[in-house]
Amino acid sequence: MTALLEIKDLHANVGNKEILKGLNLTIKAGEVHAIMGPNGCGKSTLSAVITGNPAYTVTAGEILFKGEDLLKMTPDERANKGVFLAFQHPIELPGVGLAQFLKAALNAKRKANGEEPIDAVQFMKYMNVRATALGISNEMLKRPVNVGFSGGEKKRLETFQMAMLEPDFCILDEMDSGLDVDALKVVGQGVSVMREPKRSFMIITHHDDLLQYVTPDQVSIMRDGQIIKTGGPELVEQVEASGYDNF
Amino acid sequence: MKKEQSDLLNVVNSPYKEGFETVVETEYAPKGLNENVIRYISHKKDEPEWLLDFRLKSFRHWQTMTEPHWFHGTYDPIDYQDIYYYSAPHKKAPKSLDEVDPEVLKTYEKLGIPLKEQKALSGVAVDAIFDSTSIGTTYKEELKKRGILFCSFNEAVHEYPELVKEYLGSVVPYTDNFFACLNSAVFSDGSFVYIPKGVQCPMELSSYFRINARQAGQFERTLIIADEESSVSYLEGCTAPQRDENQLHAAIVEIIVKDRANVKYSTVQNWYPGDKNGKGGVYNLVTKRGLVMNDAKLSWTQVETGSAITWKYPSCILKGDNAMGEFYSVALTNNYQQADTGTKMIHLGKNTTSTIISKGISAGFSSNTYRGLVQMGANATNAKNVSKCDSLLIGDKCGAHTIPVMKCANETATIEHEATTSKISEEQLFYAMQRGLSAEEAVGLIVNGFCHEIMQKLPLEFAIEAQKLIGVQLEGSVG
Ligand SMILES: Nc1ncnc2c1ncn2[C@@H]1O[C@H](COP(=O)(O)OP(=O)(O)OP(=O)(O)O)[C@@H](O)[C@H]1O
Ligand SMILES: [Mg+2]
Repeated sequence: MTALLEIKDLHANVGNKEILKGLNLTIKAGEVHAIMGPNGCGKSTLSAVITGNPAYTVTAGEILFKGEDLLKMTPDERANKGVFLAFQHPIELPGVGLAQFLKAALNAKRKANGEEPIDAVQFMKYMNVRATALGISNEMLKRPVNVGFSGGEKKRLETFQMAMLEPDFCILDEMDSGLDVDALKVVGQGVSVMREPKRSFMIITHHDDLLQYVTPDQVSIMRDGQIIKTGGPELVEQVEASGYDNF
Repeated sequence: MKKEQSDLLNVVNSPYKEGFETVVETEYAPKGLNENVIRYISHKKDEPEWLLDFRLKSFRHWQTMTEPHWFHGTYDPIDYQDIYYYSAPHKKAPKSLDEVDPEVLKTYEKLGIPLKEQKALSGVAVDAIFDSTSIGTTYKEELKKRGILFCSFNEAVHEYPELVKEYLGSVVPYTDNFFACLNSAVFSDGSFVYIPKGVQCPMELSSYFRINARQAGQFERTLIIADEESSVSYLEGCTAPQRDENQLHAAIVEIIVKDRANVKYSTVQNWYPGDKNGKGGVYNLVTKRGLVMNDAKLSWTQVETGSAITWKYPSCILKGDNAMGEFYSVALTNNYQQADTGTKMIHLGKNTTSTIISKGISAGFSSNTYRGLVQMGANATNAKNVSKCDSLLIGDKCGAHTIPVMKCANETATIEHEATTSKISEEQLFYAMQRGLSAEEAVGLIVNGFCHEIMQKLPLEFAIEAQKLIGVQLEGSVG
């Protein structure tokens, strides 16, 4: 397996505060890689930096995605190359209907790949299959993006967006927090059906809840802005049993 | 962080698509303004004595007036002696389209309004005004069969002098305000519409205004009379080429809506807004007003994206009982544009109702003001107004202001006013971009979502055009 994502000695700040302090991480094509670490260690910051959130400044290091320098690209270029982030805290877009939003996003991706825009009928079919699988109602599709949805619904909608855009690299930032048992099952199965040899996942989590549906190939432990240990699924059990202090 | 900030400030700066100039031989009146120029204009148009008198009376009154300065914003003083008050792209009025300068016709084609009937948008009759002269009205004959009169103002003066004489200045008197008074003195051409009693106009009527000549002012005058139980939908569009100097546009629209008649007036205003440093652009200083009689309805819908300065308040005088007035507006300002726009709803009759929905979008360094007056007269028993004014800010260098004035002299009347201000945040932009949308597409989606309610009120073809315009105007405000 070749590396899909390679992060070398990454340093990043928010304001003047350094959050990522020389982080190294490699994720191979087809790999499910779990990232675990205590609150505030910089997990969301890592996902923000990979996706190009302008609130964070990279001060050193590099990120290669499919061998290309990700740091040179704008957020939309990264997205259209196949980087997707399911946000820990999804943002509201008042007035922008979810279906309309996803059609625009899908067409942006098609355009970036030199493809024609999808026609309305095809889009509806494409969307309905995925919406049904994730229990997203027609009414939800018409509502503005993330506006007035419950915390759990928002997470489900992030998974749905991921299923719609079929990215090569999916970052799930605490997808499992705040979900009830049934929603967790829906999201877990939604992620697991997307698993395929060319698609990788970076799953940021505190618990093994989601990982029970999607067994990780690799698990990395993060502390204070660095990856301090990488191993197999057994690390999840260690964390569950005795926390992060032993790492 | 810095980069994205400037990204956000950039999405609104795109080149002005309609900014081409047409090279045609132009005839000007002598520069500046005095009684001789007014006589010249009147003479050129072969006007009857009563109209010249109206102009002169207006001019004399105008000389006693001073330019108003309550506009929210600032602009360079207008030198009224440095303007051409009459310019025409040909020496004498064309008798048919074949006599019109092919360059002028090409301009309209570039703007997407073919004049020739076979090419004309089906179901839309177009009267195109190029500088001061009306170029030709399509579908005229077909409308005439139903008794509908749709022609240039100048033609109406000659063909239907009784109607013009009766209604000219009846809604906007020449003494009304400084700019309306100026227009009354120097107006050059415009559109005239008369819908007879009981007739529903079978197609959208449309006029297209374009300022082409340098340093020329455009002072058109539109008069629409909807007789009892008639109805009509009228569309107005405008563009001007890119110029360093400012161009003055001071128009009047007067609408008379008789008992049980229904008029819908839609505008997509796209005058040249000036460059990104605020140089050039049209000063759009317009008086639009309708008189609404018993059980009649007047609806104004406007999408204002152009002009350096916009100063306009399409208004309804709800004179008859049960009269209805509506005002739906989208005003988008970018760079150094300044818009001060809104409406006046004057409730005089019983059970009169009015609805105001205003959506202001400001980007760049622009200033966008909603100014509205809702007035309930002493006899406006059970009159009702609902107003909603929403502002959307893009970036943090622009300003949005809401100045609603409410006056109520009848205690059974009700006025409801609601205002909101929101901002497109960096987080929203990032979220949308993470899904693959460019900054511009993201802002476009959010802005279109914001003004969707108003766009729906426009006739379909216009709505698509307006949506595109907003996209174009937003380019460069981000990304
Ligand atoms: N915009 C910001 N302004 C100030 N501090 C920030 C900002 N974003 C992150 N931080 C700080 O950076 C550190 C890392 O935050 P981050 O959100 O990456 O943590 P996390 O590992 O995702 O935590 P959690 O498990 O709670 O989600 C925290 O101390 C946080 O307070
Ligand atoms: Mg986090």
